[in-house]
Amino acid sequence: MVHVAVATRAFRRYSTYRAATLAGIFTNSVFGVIYSFAYLALWSANPTAGGYDAQDAVTYVWLGQALLMTIALWGGGATDDLAERIRTGDVAIDLYRPVGIVGWYLASDLGRAAYHLLTRGVGPTLIGFLVFHISLPSSPLTALAFAVSLVLAVVVSFAIRFLVASSAFWLLDQSGVKVMSGAFAIFFSGMMLPLVLFPGWLGTLARALPWASYVQVPADVWLGKHTGVDLLAALGFQVLWAVVLLVACQGVLRLATRKVVVQGG
Amino acid sequence: MSVTGSVRSAQAPLIDVRDLERTFDVRRRVDGGRRRVRDSVLAVHDLTFSVQAGEMVGYIGPNGAGKSTTIKMLTGILVPTGGHVSVAGLDPSRDRVELARRIGVVFGQRSTLWWDLPLRDSFDLLQKMYRISPARYRDNLGRFVELLDLGDQLDTPVRQLSLGQRMRGDITAALLHDPEVLYLDEPTIGLDVVSKGRLREFLRALNDERGTTLLLTTHDLQDIEALCDRVIVIDHGTSVYDGPLAGLHVEGGSSRTLVVDLVDEAPPVEVPGATVRRVEGPRQWLSFPADASAAPIVAAVAASYDVADLSIQEPDIEDVIRELYSRGAPEPLG
Repeated sequence: MVHVAVATRAFRRYSTYRAATLAGIFTNSVFGVIYSFAYLALWSANPTAGGYDAQDAVTYVWLGQALLMTIALWGGGATDDLAERIRTGDVAIDLYRPVGIVGWYLASDLGRAAYHLLTRGVGPTLIGFLVFHISLPSSPLTALAFAVSLVLAVVVSFAIRFLVASSAFWLLDQSGVKVMSGAFAIFFSGMMLPLVLFPGWLGTLARALPWASYVQVPADVWLGKHTGVDLLAALGFQVLWAVVLLVACQGVLRLATRKVVVQGG
Repeated sequence: MSVTGSVRSAQAPLIDVRDLERTFDVRRRVDGGRRRVRDSVLAVHDLTFSVQAGEMVGYIGPNGAGKSTTIKMLTGILVPTGGHVSVAGLDPSRDRVELARRIGVVFGQRSTLWWDLPLRDSFDLLQKMYRISPARYRDNLGRFVELLDLGDQLDTPVRQLSLGQRMRGDITAALLHDPEVLYLDEPTIGLDVVSKGRLREFLRALNDERGTTLLLTTHDLQDIEALCDRVIVIDHGTSVYDGPLAGLHVEGGSSRTLVVDLVDEAPPVEVPGATVRRVEGPRQWLSFPADASAAPIVAAVAASYDVADLSIQEPDIEDVIRELYSRGAPEPLG
C-alpha cells in the first residue's frame, strides 16, 4: 500500500529531529504545569465549573498539551509541505501521480501525527500523570473510543490545514490565512479554555464548529463524559466534520486546476 | 510486454488535440492601482494536432508560447476552457489518475524524486504508487540502472546527486511503469555535452525498442535534430508549423550558404540562383534557397572562376525558427 509507505516515511522523517522533540516535550510540560495551577485556582473558586471537577480540569490541561502537536493545532505538518509545493509549482508533480493528492498528504500527515503522538503526546501525558495524577480512561472501551476520536481529530485538523494551504493556489502564500486559522483553532478547539465553560450561544456555536473535534471532543471521551449513544454522537460529530471537510478539500483542488495557473513551467 | 502499438489501430491517434483552448483570468490594476479589472488571456487557442503511437515529436516555441499549458492539459492537471483533448482514449482532466498510470513525465528543472530519500527508496515508493509487479519492476529497474549507469548512486540521497545523475534518476523514475507516452520538458537543460549525448542516445533506443511515444519540449534544437522526425512549433498559443524538421526550412524561407574560396581576390561572384552576402579577401559567401540544389550553382561558379575550395553551410535551424516566430501566428478569427 503506497499510503502506508508514505506514512512510514513521514514518521521516519520527523523522527530525525530528536533534540527538537525533547525540547518540545519540555515546553509542553512547562505549559502543562502553568495551566494546571491556573485551572486549579479556577476550580477551587467554582468546583463544578462546566460539569468538570478539579481532576477533570487538570486532566483536560495535560490532554490539551498532548494533543497540541499531535493534531498540529497551530498548523504545520504535511500541509506546510503542500503550501510550499504550491508556492514553488512543484505541486504539478504531485498532480501527475496516479494517487489522489488529498489521500497522499493525509497519509503523510497521519505518519507525522503518529510520531508526535508517541513523543509530544505520550511525554506530557506521563508527566501529568506522575506530577498531577491525571485520570486515565476508566475502561478499555473508553480508551478505544479515545483512540478513534484522536484519529478523527487529526483528520479534521488535517482537512482544515489542507484548505488553508490550498489558499496558496490563489494567494501564492498561505501564511496570512494560516495565522488567522491558528487563532480560530486555539480559541474554538478548547485549547485555551474548555468549551464547556463558554456561556450561552457562544458555547453552543463553539461546540458545533469543527474545531471542537480538536481537543474538546477527544478530552471528553477520555474523561468518560460521553457514554452509550452520546459517545456515538460525539464520534459521529467528528466523522461528519471530517467527511464534509475532506469533500471540501477535493472540491478546492478541482477548482484550483480549473481556475488557477499552476506556478512555473 | 508493451501495450503500445498492437492494441491501438493506426487511425486512432494516441494523442488527439482539436481546437484546444485555455484562457486565464488575470486581474490587472488600472488608474494607478485604485481599480482592478479582470482580463482574459488566451494562453492556448485553436490548437489542433495528433500524435500516433511510437512517434517522437518536438514541441517547441518561445517562452510563454503555451507549451507548458498544453502539456498540463495533455496530462490532465489543467482543465481546458474549450476544444477537445484525448490521450490514450482518455479525457485527461476527467481521468487524470487513470491516465497518470500510462504516462511518464520528466522535467529538466524539477525533480519528481524525493529530495531526502536515497534513489532506491524513491523507486520503491513509485513501484507501490504505480502498482508495478515485482518482476517487471526488477526487470525495468535493472535495465535502466544499467543503461543509465546509475548503479553506484542507488543508495545516495537525491539531494547529493549531481544534476546529470539526478536527471537520469528522474528518467528512470518516469519509465519504471512502462508508460505509453513520455513527456519531456527541457530534459537536457544544464547538462554537459557528453551527458546530453548519452541521454539522447538512451531516448532513441527507448523509442526503438519499446515504441514509447515521446513528446519533447526544449530550447535545445540539437535535442530535436537528434531525436524528432516531426516538430510542432507553437507561438502565441497556437501551432504555426507542424511537420518534418526538414520542412521547417522551406516554411521558414531559409537559405543555405555556399562558401567559395577563390584563388585570387575578385569582385562579387555573379551566378544565377545565388546572391553574394559577404566578401572577405578571396573568400565569398553566396546564399541560395534551402530547397534548391547546390549542384548547378557550384557548377556555374567553377565554370567562370578559379576555385581553390568550396563548402556548403546548412541553414541554422534556430534562425529558421526565429524567422517563424517573428512572423507570428495568424490572428484568430472572431
